[in-house]
Amino acid sequence: MVFPADPVAVRQALCALFTGWTPGPISSEARDAAQIVLAEALNNIVEHAYALAPGEIEVTVEATQGGVTCQIIDAGVPLPGGALPDGRLPSPAAAEDLSEGGYGWHLIRSLAEDLCYRREGGRNLLSFRISAQQSSE
Amino acid sequence: MRLDCTHTPDLMIVHVREPRIDAAGAIDFKDRMRDLTAQDGRRVLLDLSDVMFIDSSGLGAVVAVRKALGPERPLELSGLTPSVEKVFRLTRMDSVFIIHPTAPAGADGLRDAG
Repeated sequence: MVFPADPVAVRQALCALFTGWTPGPISSEARDAAQIVLAEALNNIVEHAYALAPGEIEVTVEATQGGVTCQIIDAGVPLPGGALPDGRLPSPAAAEDLSEGGYGWHLIRSLAEDLCYRREGGRNLLSFRISAQQSSE
Repeated sequence: MRLDCTHTPDLMIVHVREPRIDAAGAIDFKDRMRDLTAQDGRRVLLDLSDVMFIDSSGLGAVVAVRKALGPERPLELSGLTPSVEKVFRLTRMDSVFIIHPTAPAGADGLRDAG
C-alpha cells in the first residue's frame, strides 16, 4: 500500500488495513497493538521524515500464525543519529506540567518486537513484528 | 469532530461521537473541547465509548484538555474501549486521569465519584 505522507492519508490507510479485519489466528489484542504501532511509526514519518518536503509512504502488512509483520519505507530524512529513539516515557510530572507529547516511541517500543531500522539508497526502512501472543501488559 | 454535550447540575458530559482521536483530528478535538468547556465551570466527563482508536497525538490532545481545565476541574474519562485503554495503560496515563469503568447511563452515579 502506497499513500501520501499526510495525517488524513495515514488515517485512511489504517482504516483500510484494520477495519473489517477478519478473526483468524490474530487476536484482537494483537490487531490493536499492530494498529497502534503502525500509527505511531507513520505519524512520525509524516511529522519528522517529511517535515520539510512532501512524499510517499509504502506499507506492507502480513498476518501470519506468529503475529503481524510490518515494513514501512519512506524517502524522507533519516532518523536523527541514524538510530531508533529509546522511547523513554516523559518523566512523571504534576498534572499541570504533564507532557503533551513524547509517548509515540514508548508505545512502539512497548508493543513491537524485532524492531529494525536501516537507511538504504536514500530511503528509511523500518520493520517490526507484533506477536500473536500478547502479554497482559 | 462530533461532540455531544449533556449537563447535570454539577457535571458536563461530553460524548465523543467519533471512532478515532488521531493525528488528523487531534487539533480539532482540542479546539472544540476548549470552546465547549470555556464558558462552563462544571466538572467535565469525557465519554469515550464510541472511540475505537487513539494515537499519541490524540492522547496529547486529551492531556492538553486536562491542563486547560486547570487543577480545580480534573478531567474524568469513561467508556474506554480495549485499544484506548491499552494506550492509557502503557503510557501510565491510567494513573493520571480519573477513569470510570463504564459509560454513564445516567449521571447520578457519577456525582460522588472520584
